[in-house]
Amino acid sequence: MTVWARAQRFSGFALPLLLLILWQALASAGVVQPMVLPSPLAVAERWWTALMPAQPYDSAQGSYLAWVFSGELPHDAAASLWRVLLGFLAGAIPALPLGLVMGASRAAYTLFNPLIQILRPIPPIAFIPLAILWFGLGNPPAVFLIALGAFFPILMNTIAGVRSVDAIYLRAAQNLGASQGTIFLRVMLPAAMPYILAGMRIGIGTAFIVVIVSEMIAVNNGLGYRILEAREFMWSDKIIAGMVTIGLLGLGIDVGMNRLNTHLLRWHRSAEK
Amino acid sequence: MTAHISVQNLSKRFGENADAVAALQNINLEIAHGEFACLLGPSGCGKSTLLNLIAGFITPSAGSVSVDGRQVTAPGPDRGMVFQEYALFPWMTVEQNIGFGLSIRGLARADIAVRVGQLLQLLKLEEFRARFPKDLSGGMRQRVAIARVLALDSPILLMDEPFGALDALTRRTLQDELLRLWSELRKTVVFVTHSIEEAIYLADRVVVMTYRPGTIKRDQHVALARPRDPAANDFNALKRELSTLVTAEQERHLESERRGVAVD
Repeated sequence: MTVWARAQRFSGFALPLLLLILWQALASAGVVQPMVLPSPLAVAERWWTALMPAQPYDSAQGSYLAWVFSGELPHDAAASLWRVLLGFLAGAIPALPLGLVMGASRAAYTLFNPLIQILRPIPPIAFIPLAILWFGLGNPPAVFLIALGAFFPILMNTIAGVRSVDAIYLRAAQNLGASQGTIFLRVMLPAAMPYILAGMRIGIGTAFIVVIVSEMIAVNNGLGYRILEAREFMWSDKIIAGMVTIGLLGLGIDVGMNRLNTHLLRWHRSAEK
Repeated sequence: MTAHISVQNLSKRFGENADAVAALQNINLEIAHGEFACLLGPSGCGKSTLLNLIAGFITPSAGSVSVDGRQVTAPGPDRGMVFQEYALFPWMTVEQNIGFGLSIRGLARADIAVRVGQLLQLLKLEEFRARFPKDLSGGMRQRVAIARVLALDSPILLMDEPFGALDALTRRTLQDELLRLWSELRKTVVFVTHSIEEAIYLADRVVVMTYRPGTIKRDQHVALARPRDPAANDFNALKRELSTLVTAEQERHLESERRGVAVD
């Protein structure tokens, strides 16, 4: 590898690094007030403090592993991820079979489509007041809102996926003696999988947005709650530390989904490297 | 002995009323057990339509198709189909594709493995067993498609221009392979092609079809001894003879295309 090629490979990291340096310089020079824009070092320090356990290790209190994750940040991150998981499952589990049926049957499509087209454009955020009225405070309204956010992309993509299945696979399966049920599960479902996974990826992205918003309103832990709490105290370094965590978790989820995608679609042409 | 496949007064129209296209008109054809029949003609002559009717993918407008005296109403594993586009399931490995028809019949895993193993050997696919179709050449894919159909042990093999997308060398290899399988397994084969040479090389009988509406123009018995030599005089004499017939139909196809009525 030439020096130039090597330099190019890291060129994507140069821009964020440059911005960080500029930001630190601005903060050090005292051009902006720390409350408006704290220095990156202050943010990093705050992030580290939140990440680390608050108490010194005491073997009487429990296992070492539990101690390592006893900090505020790991707790909040786990709470947010748990809500994303619950909400995502609550959205995906009805979306998948409904999408398969709507994609395969014209009658089912005609029956459900108008209702879905009316509900789909309403952002989950607009359901917040109703969600609180219906489910009170705490996890249930948050899970409901996240489920709404995940439901529609998965549904729409599953419908499109089933419709895109090449009729020749259905013919081949019929010719080999497959029943309707077998064709559904072993031909249509896997053939539609690239679309379904793409829908899940969008769905989990939406779920991640909605979890932060719903934590700002309905619950008292999680990353969204922590950011809003920090604002009350004007701890802008803590706000930014929270935002950075959200960014990192989002990136982690996306990388994970991408890995899953590549594995499940290893048969697929576009999965070729 | 009764015919294996019997086509009686078969017609097929596509579309409605004034726009209707008569794809097939009054076809009568009997194919005996173990016979290798080729349907030959230019595109638009309805040869694939006839094959799809035998397969049961579409239903006739008039007349009927029967197999062993029973009327065909739906697709079924007694008439295995090999498609030009292979139609392998891309999410399944070679092994899984070949075993699919057996697994949906509820056969035990061990029995499926044995049968799939035999077929992999028969079609020289052993080293490709764990691959996905996307990692195979066209020729290999078509071998898998043939193995998938043979797994069901269907007495009838329907082939819709199966080697049409392959290069000349691969094509010849697969033709020879098919003849070997046919003589070993004694299947009844209905093979659609637009290549005159391929038809004469393979078939006991070449059925030449007319351009729209599809009718039978010539039912030609091929008496040449196998293996056949495409360079031999008698092979070429027959080729010239059939060529005249097919070219005349091809002309009609081009003519209707010029008039703007051809859809195919």
